[in-house]
Amino acid sequence: MEYVGFTDIILGILTCLWPVWLSIAIIMGLSWKFQKKLSLYGRIYENPMGIVGLFIVFFWLFAALYADIVAPFHPLEQFAALKNQLPGVIEPESGLVQFFGGDKFGRDVFSRVIHGSQIVLVIAPAATMFAFVVGISLGLPAGYYKGKVDTVLSFLANLVLAFPVILLFYLLVTPGIRETALPQVMAGVFFLFPVIFFLTLFYSRYRERPQLLAVQSVIVLVFGGWVYISLVFDADPFGILSLEPNELNIFVAVVFASSPGVFRIVRGLTMDIATRDYVAAAQTRGEIAWYVALWEILPNARGPLIVDACLRIGYTTILLGTLGYFGLGLVPESPDWGTTIKEGSRLLRLYVHPALPPALALMSFVLGLNLLADALREQSLKD
Amino acid sequence: MLRFLSVRLGTMLLTMLCLTFVVFYLVNLEPNLRKLSISQTNMRASDEMIERWLVYNGYREPFLERYGQWLGVWEKPPSRDVETGEPKPRFSFCDEASEPVFSGVIQGDLGCSTAFRTTVADRLLPALGHTGVLMFWVMLTMVPSALLIGVLAGMREGSKLDRSLSVLSITSTATPEYVSGIVFAVIFASWLGILNGSAATATRDGVTFYNFALPVMTMSIYGMGYIARMTRASMAEVMVSQYIRTARLKGLNFRTVVLKHALRNALIAPFTVIMLQFPWLLTGVVIVEVMFRYQGFGWLLVEAAGNNDIDLLLSCSIVSVLVVLLTQLISDVGYAYLNPRIRVR
Repeated sequence: MEYVGFTDIILGILTCLWPVWLSIAIIMGLSWKFQKKLSLYGRIYENPMGIVGLFIVFFWLFAALYADIVAPFHPLEQFAALKNQLPGVIEPESGLVQFFGGDKFGRDVFSRVIHGSQIVLVIAPAATMFAFVVGISLGLPAGYYKGKVDTVLSFLANLVLAFPVILLFYLLVTPGIRETALPQVMAGVFFLFPVIFFLTLFYSRYRERPQLLAVQSVIVLVFGGWVYISLVFDADPFGILSLEPNELNIFVAVVFASSPGVFRIVRGLTMDIATRDYVAAAQTRGEIAWYVALWEILPNARGPLIVDACLRIGYTTILLGTLGYFGLGLVPESPDWGTTIKEGSRLLRLYVHPALPPALALMSFVLGLNLLADALREQSLKD
Repeated sequence: MLRFLSVRLGTMLLTMLCLTFVVFYLVNLEPNLRKLSISQTNMRASDEMIERWLVYNGYREPFLERYGQWLGVWEKPPSRDVETGEPKPRFSFCDEASEPVFSGVIQGDLGCSTAFRTTVADRLLPALGHTGVLMFWVMLTMVPSALLIGVLAGMREGSKLDRSLSVLSITSTATPEYVSGIVFAVIFASWLGILNGSAATATRDGVTFYNFALPVMTMSIYGMGYIARMTRASMAEVMVSQYIRTARLKGLNFRTVVLKHALRNALIAPFTVIMLQFPWLLTGVVIVEVMFRYQGFGWLLVEAAGNNDIDLLLSCSIVSVLVVLLTQLISDVGYAYLNPRIRVR
């Protein structure tokens, strides 16, 4: 086997990732130039740690986006000759270099890390967004009405929070449970929230203007219905969106585990903001409760919620990694980071190189999000 | 205070009842029962044999009745031999009564572990002991170092020391156990060879630095950053308060102000955070024990879940839910106790 040296590996990786560098340079350069006009996002650029965090997040975002161009090999392609070969090994037929070496099936570790980011960067933010919609839809009434609504919802949220996450996953993400209708039922409930949320959002503001409201409702219903049918029943009439049963299972479990946390934050923020004067003004104007909650309270709670969303995406990434590490839900050959860490750690005593890159990738992504959240918090406090 | 405590304890009991019911429902789903039956009959059983095993062992009794029996509020009938009708225990490795008795969790009977072929209590108690040892060392490393980092960082907000310690603690919160475990194992076990990459010997030969340092380090890192961040925030808040300024203006030196005046008030908030860390540590325990092959509670939970060992899994969930709820209670009561500004009626 022929190998290239350390410098060549570094140079190779740097050149290989050129579309990523180019995109980051363009987007961060433009944002830097117009940072005064970009409100909160632009103010991140005043904070060095924020810039670092943003850079890391953009890096993984673009790496996931360009995975097919950037990665030299297919993530599942196996080379018998390259089994457990050290970093920098040259694949004899194509002459391409496996920058981080091969894993136990001779698959390229580098390409798998890059392709793994695709899975992580789709599921983690999407699941977090759903958790936010669920948490907001339940947290607003709980914090606004208080009383019985609050007692019941808080009890339910605490019920889920009292479950250790790992136990929850062991019970909810199994091949056995996919034979039952449980994941689909849960998905059916969770995915209903966004549709109801947006309908209420538009209704509470535009109910005096039926024509506009009708247009908005139709758009929400058609689009929401399409996504709903595609994801819950896996029956997309256009064949664009689809989720495998195991992916749906993971998705639902992650949303289920993280929405009570969002609920608690939204409830607390709502209780706090509901005492402000502008809320009292809206109430005096005779606005309906949902208008006050969705158009007065929610926009004013956005700062802490954005910070929490950043942290929560990171936390969801860690959860996904945990699922992969325990071999729950994802298929064994999946290139996602958790699964590759598990595969690599089995041979850790003999070969270090298959386990380290995905581990560091996961860590860097979460670190980027945490730094970003920290910078956002600091900048929004400066007001 | 008494009223507050009784309401909290009542909610806790209700929560536990609901949660055990949910777990009971999930482990008794049809595919899980089939899996259990297949692994217990130890053969490629036909559908008919699976069904017979399930009926014989009482898994086909009405659901609520079985939950009541498990709980101990419903009489548990002895299982009988199919042919003779004589009472015969379901599992040879557990003593079961030969006449109907109330014997459930309330009476202290946790049931039989089908995977380990023994009683649940027999398996669970030593495992909890092992995890207790691990937690003790984790707490002993994590809490003091986290508090130290937090206090040092929050002492002078915005200083170089603060910046670098903050980055350090943010990095540690971004490093889950399965990442830090691997990185540490690579550095200390594979390259330097000074620590053991497996803690399996710790349960048998006792805890040594050689076999225990890696799991303890791995677990401490993830929680440390969070506690340090909270301590820093609370310390920074205290340091700008009026009485600290007064103390400084009085001419006290910085050291005395920090140690005597600031520290006491700054450590109230981290107390809550440390208590609320326990549920997180529970997930960490599972990962670390599986990773370093340490046969404690987390390892047991994974084994129980993997084999659908119903009674063991239920007992594991009781333990973990109890840990979560008790730490929440302690954190609330302790906070009220430590902070005179908050009084519970």
